[in-house]
Amino acid sequence: MLERSSREYTLWTVGLIVIIAVALFPVLWIVALSFKDPATIADGRLIPAEWTFDNYRLLFDGGFDSPLLRPLINSILIALISTTIAITLAAFTAYAIARLEFPGKLAILAGALAIAMFPPISTVGPLFDMWRTFGIYDTYVGLIIPYLTFSLPLAIYILVAFFREIPWDLEQAAAVDGATPLQAFRKVIVPLAAPGMFTAAILVFIFCWNDFVFAISLTSSDASRTVPAALAFFTGESQFTEPTGNIAAAAALVTIPIIIFVLLFQRRIVAGLTSGAVKG
Amino acid sequence: MAEIALEGITKRYPDGYEAVKDMNLEIADGEFVILVGPSGCGKSTALRMIAGLEDITEGELRIGDAVVNQMAPKDRDIAMVFQNYALYPHMSVRENMAFPLKLAGASQDEIKAKVDEAAKILDLTQHLERRPANLSGGQRQRVAMGRAIVRDPKAFLMDEPLSNLDAKLRVQMRTEVARLQNELGTTTVYVTHDQTEAMTLGDRVAVMRAGVLQQVGTPAELYASPRNLFVAGFIGSPAMNFMPARIADGTAELPFGEVALSDGARERLAGRSELVAGVRPESFEDAALVADERERGHVFRAKIDLVESMGSELYAYFKFEGERVHSADLDDLAADVGAEDLPSSGEGQVVARLDAQSKVARGDEAELWVDSSKLHFFDPQSGEALGN
Repeated sequence: MLERSSREYTLWTVGLIVIIAVALFPVLWIVALSFKDPATIADGRLIPAEWTFDNYRLLFDGGFDSPLLRPLINSILIALISTTIAITLAAFTAYAIARLEFPGKLAILAGALAIAMFPPISTVGPLFDMWRTFGIYDTYVGLIIPYLTFSLPLAIYILVAFFREIPWDLEQAAAVDGATPLQAFRKVIVPLAAPGMFTAAILVFIFCWNDFVFAISLTSSDASRTVPAALAFFTGESQFTEPTGNIAAAAALVTIPIIIFVLLFQRRIVAGLTSGAVKG
Repeated sequence: MAEIALEGITKRYPDGYEAVKDMNLEIADGEFVILVGPSGCGKSTALRMIAGLEDITEGELRIGDAVVNQMAPKDRDIAMVFQNYALYPHMSVRENMAFPLKLAGASQDEIKAKVDEAAKILDLTQHLERRPANLSGGQRQRVAMGRAIVRDPKAFLMDEPLSNLDAKLRVQMRTEVARLQNELGTTTVYVTHDQTEAMTLGDRVAVMRAGVLQQVGTPAELYASPRNLFVAGFIGSPAMNFMPARIADGTAELPFGEVALSDGARERLAGRSELVAGVRPESFEDAALVADERERGHVFRAKIDLVESMGSELYAYFKFEGERVHSADLDDLAADVGAEDLPSSGEGQVVARLDAQSKVARGDEAELWVDSSKLHFFDPQSGEALGN
């Protein structure tokens, strides 16, 4: 019996190591590339023969006009704003869907699912035209709107599942205790749905942060260009050199905020937050 | 403190189902009224209508002098204790109890004083900083009550608060609830399906069945003078025994013999022939232990199938010959207990409560005595009581 479980254990460990290695290898490669001198960029070695920080330094050369600084700020702000708005809207929607019966409820849910499955790339053409007409081309708003459209369904579904888990009795107890529905929502339900809110927030943030399709199509300058799109416009030292090192450095840098964000919120996703509320 | 009056209260759902039908009940200030009945009888729905958690389809509800049909729960100044406590799990016990006071805008000092006082009354002082998840069932129940009493409301509404506790704890908490209500003197409406709780806690008890109020009265009234078959079979444990009776010439022919009827009974039952008779287990006794009251009753022999010794008394089970009683009310009672599929419920089984000193044993052909002044008679169709 012990033998079998230790064999299973080894198999699982080996399997996990393989999966993690396969997943992390590209990341390691990019980090390695970012430290390589342009001359040795294509030497195919994981550990750089010659280390250099030039690639990183170049990214922030030129102060505010540096290749990466403004796009980085744009990315952070746009992702944060989109996430905040998405989670707020999704919370109210999901609460209504989880608690109330109203005509059109199924239609809303089905519609949300349909939108989520819609290929974003097919909306790019019309959006380009529309945004230019409305004058929000190359602005924060121009990006936030499509981000909201495509991330709300996911957020709503996650939050509906979490709200359903919270016993209905708690709102009734709050109502009898003297709370208006909004107060009950704010003081009782939202704290208990926190794990769901943070989960949804992480996913929405990552979606907005990594998006390339909308960023490249709906922006034309550093006014609102986010990092994924900015990377595509990097130029090398000369007309003939590829900016591989710079791109690698930028990619490595840009991963860091995401990691921080996830680590911060990951601890908040604690299950069992509602234990002790009701019997059973 | 306030009176609560229900006038013609009806709850009808969109699909036509009526959970509560034309309920009329007056609850005096400071009274402890129990709503009791089997599952699905509408007692919880009635309670929730008083709280404002369910809409009232028809009728008028008054708390104090005000008609409150349209008033939101938070404005009715009532406190509710839920069956599964509904404590806020992300708050400590203190914060749970302080929540209603904070919503009402009370000052910090006032909140602290009231919470501390309630904690003292309920013996929760050492648990104030803990979370509900770390408390036992009884402690959680006390926190739920604490949350209700800090508000000093017009009325307490309790929805089966003890049904999730184990048997011993339930008995203990029952006395707590009674003591609390006595001390605070707040009007209380208490819902339960346990008739023991109903009998021991209430000033008055209202028995409900399928949305209709069957009878309202003190526990003693309900026990001694049940208005119909359902109330008779519901109140009292073990339940009343029912058997067919034939009335002829001023006597009642019961399965265990003929019993002479008193003059009053003879008058009330004149012109009737087939009836349902009810005898409580307490009305039986071992004939050997009955001396003075022998004349008041009737002695008969019965083969004892089973004897249960409780220590303080014995329950003897025996069967009587002949057809068993058929009645929709009795089927309902059996269904409520879940006994409809049991083989024993098909035969005419009788349970008698005997004094612990009785020597009756299983398999004996025992001589038993029944107090014939304690017979109840019911109409077999309507279930109405026809007097003892």
